Formats: sequence, structure tokens, C-alpha cells
Amino acid sequence: MDLTLKVWRQKNRESAGAMVTYPVKGISPDMSFLEMLDVLNEDLLRNGQDPIAFDHDCREGICGMCSLYINGRPHGPERGTTTCQLHMRHFNDGDTITIEPWRAAAFPVHKDLVVDRSALDRIQQAGGYVSVNTGGVPDANAIPIPKTIADKAFDAATCIQCGACVAACKNASAMLFLSAKVSQLAMLPQGKVEAKTRVENMLAQHDVEGFGACSNTGACAAECPVGISLENIAILNREYLSAKATSEHVA
Amino acid sequence: MNWFTKTFSSTIGRKIIMSITGLFLCSFLVVHLVGNLTLFYQDGGEAFNIYSHFMANNPVIRTMEIVLVLGFLFHIYDAIVLTRRNKAARPVGYNNSRPEENSTWSSRNMGLLGTIILVFLLVHLWNFFVPARFGELEGVPDKDYLNLYSEVVLAFKNPIYVALYVISMVALAYHLIHGFQSAFQSLGLNHKKYTPFIQKFGYAFSVIICLGFALIPLYFFFFV
Ligand code: HEM
Ligand code: FES
Repeated sequence: MDLTLKVWRQKNRESAGAMVTYPVKGISPDMSFLEMLDVLNEDLLRNGQDPIAFDHDCREGICGMCSLYINGRPHGPERGTTTCQLHMRHFNDGDTITIEPWRAAAFPVHKDLVVDRSALDRIQQAGGYVSVNTGGVPDANAIPIPKTIADKAFDAATCIQCGACVAACKNASAMLFLSAKVSQLAMLPQGKVEAKTRVENMLAQHDVEGFGACSNTGACAAECPVGISLENIAILNREYLSAKATSEHVA
Repeated sequence: MNWFTKTFSSTIGRKIIMSITGLFLCSFLVVHLVGNLTLFYQDGGEAFNIYSHFMANNPVIRTMEIVLVLGFLFHIYDAIVLTRRNKAARPVGYNNSRPEENSTWSSRNMGLLGTIILVFLLVHLWNFFVPARFGELEGVPDKDYLNLYSEVVLAFKNPIYVALYVISMVALAYHLIHGFQSAFQSLGLNHKKYTPFIQKFGYAFSVIICLGFALIPLYFFFFV
């Protein structure tokens, strides 16, 4: 199939960018979206042009590295998929496809389609962990966890930190990401110990990074490749409110 | 800032304020509409005038009036702060964006809908509240209350005002269709058993309340 791509090109953080049009020919419907971009990049290299920079790593839908705002949607038109798992059979011969980077003040464009998502890492570092200072490994079955809770925590833990929630949100809010990280640990006995400081510090970092607030539009959950649910945001709000009301941090 | 002001100036804290004030304003709508229904009595406005006399003089109502004003002020203040923050969070937009594929129009335009409601609110207060409270109304002969009813009849003969009223009620309906259930989510009140009911109830509530308000000017314009 032959396509017309409109791609955001930007030399580096400082320079201004623009949409540039590229024709691509002979694309197989079995290719993934990233493989289609590989084809274009080979052409660009052969013509002595700068290839388009885009993020990718595992190319099997598990690492969360691939991004791209394709035809007005994060990870393209298919629900519940990453860009590396999006196949060209979902497009038609002759289509024009726009490809843009995630847009958020907290995600500066590094080059072309690559954005700096380290703001999410800093939120995670502010409390998205369980401290284990010493001792042997406790027996896994010695800590009772109801199956429903284990399942919910596991579902929240599937977040791959890709940033599609931020890209989809009209407020560029990272609430769905944050809620997955907070609720995953808040539900489990090991995580409860630090639950209050965790949610206080992680939300504070979220706000410092310049992400927006949650308007409950639900765009994030609709575009999430792994199906993180909005219930997590309700859990986050509950956790935050009760932590603020009862923790001893007065600063 | 201490922990308290920090809490309520965080992104979640502001949404907590939005949701509590928003739901409080919903309760106000119910009281207001129930009172307005006295306009449908065929008694030359007697029931309505007694009702508005009561509203203007009862000490409990007068106290709640202050709470109501504060509710509006906090709701509007946080609406402005949040909307600005949310805009600033995406300084460079997309060339091609299709949000209609993943969210409802009203959920994305709460600020616009709120602004329409605010404009209406100011005009509305100017038309009814100001004369009723700051006394430019004539009295009703042999009664100790004033004639707000004649003011209502007069106002609802103005087609522009009736149109503004009806359009604003449509905006309010859309504001609440998203807002009612959203407020529960903001408060963390999400549950498999209750959320589906809250969503259906919120939808019905929004439509019925706003329809109720909108019928009054239409009734007076066309039938009185
Ligand atoms: C009778 C009048 C009003 C009622 C009953 C009402 C009710 C609500 C409710 C229940 C919410 C949902 C809160 C949440 O998502 O947690 C809401 C949100 C909102 N309201 Fe109102 N509201 C009213 C007037 C206004 C006015 C006058 C404005 C603005 C000038 C306004 C602006 C907003 C905005 C911007 C939001 C969304 C905030 C966000 O999610 O980012 N509202 N309202
Ligand atoms: S490249 Fe790893 S999820 Fe797409």
C-alpha cells in the first residue's frame, strides 16, 4: 500500500518544529507501524537525509517505550494497543496519516517524535516503591491477600508508563499513571506501610512537573494500551484525601 | 503555605472543592426549582409571592444564602484556576486531534458551559434577586409581601431573556450530565454497586431539573 505521512520534525529541544509530508510506497499490511517508519527511514538515509527519530524498544507491547500520536489518537486508531503492536492492515491504501509526538509541558520534545518522559520517573521515585531495609525473603503465602485485591493490584501493576494517558488527556494530566502506581501498592499489605507518604509525595511531584488536573473525561482509560481503569483514579483520590486528613506531615 | 492550604491548592484538592461545591449547588437547584413551581398555581401569583417573601426573610434561608454565595465563589474560583492550569499543561497542541473518539463533548467543555451559566446567573440575579432584595418592587394591596410575581411575568415577555434562559438551562444540563457523576469520582466514591446508579441518576437529575427550569419562562412567554 502507498501512503502519505505528515510527520512532526524538530531538530532539537530548542528549535521550532513543523509537520513535513513524506510519501511512502510499497508498505505491506503485515508490517507494524514502526516497521513502516523503518522503511521510510531507510529511504531517507539512502537519500542522505536525517531519519525520523522515534522511541521504541521491545516492539512486542510490553516495555511502553513506543509512543506517537497517530491520526489524532495516542497509539493510533485501535483500542488497547501500543504503536509497535499496531499493524498497517488497519489503514487503507492512499491514506494520509499524521504522526505527532506526545504533547505536554512536562514532556519536552527531544527530537522529532521523541519526547522526554522522565517526569514520570521522577513521580515514581517520589514514592512508587516499597522500602525493604533488611531481613530474609518472607514466605509468599504467609501474607494473606484476598484474590480480588491481588487481581486489582495486578491489573494496576500492568501500567507500562508509556504516557498515552497524558497524551490523550485534554489537561495533559498524568493522573491515570499516578493512580495506577499509587493504588497498586496501597491495596497490598506490603505497600500499606508507606501509603500516606507515598500518595502525598507522588501527587506533589506530579503537580511540580506541570501536569494538569483530572476532569474525569475518561480519555486516558479509553486510550490506555493495557486497560488501566478509572477506578484507580477514585482510589487515588480517596488515598490522597485520607492521607492528608490523617498523616502527621504538617509542612 | 501550611498543610491545609497545600492540600486544597493541589490538583486533587481543587477537584475536591469543585465536587463538594458542585454537589451543594445541585441541592440548591432542587430547592430553587421546587419553589419556582409555585408559579404554576393559577392564583395570580399569591403562592409565589408568599414563597419569595419567606425566602427573603427567613433567618435559616438568609444564612444558607451566604453559604450559597461562598459555594459559587469557591466553585468559580477553582474552575478558573484549574482551567488555566490545565491549558498551561499543554502549551503546544496537536495538529490533528480526535478527542471525540475517547471522551464526551461536555466533559471537555466544562469551562465553556460554566461560563454560560455564570453569564446567565448574573443577568438572572439582576432581574429578580436585586429588585426582590433591595426593594424596587411594589407591594401587594392589603398584604405584607411584595409583588415579585408581576416582575416574573414582565421578564418572561422578553423574547431575548426567554431565549437566554432556555439556552442556559441546556448548558446547565450538559454541565451536570458530566458534572454530577464526575463529582462522585473526584471524591473517590466509585463502587461497582453504586457507580452505575449514580451515573443514571445524574443523567436523569440533570435533564429533569433543567427541563423544569426551562419550562417556566416558556410557559409564561406562550401561555400567560
Ligand atoms: C448551578 C450552578 C452550577 C452547578 C450545579 C455546578 C456543578 C458542577 C459539578 C457537580 C461539577 C463536577 C465537579 C467534579 O468534576 O468533581 C462541576 C464542574 C465544573 N464546573 Fe460547575 N456548576 C455550576 C456552575 C458553574 C459555574 C458558574 C462555573 C464557571 C464559571 C462552573 C465551572 C465548572 C468547571 C470548569 C468544572 C470542571 C472542573 C474540572 O473538572 O476540571 N460551574 N460543576
Ligand atoms: S516498543 Fe515496547 S511497547 Fe512498543
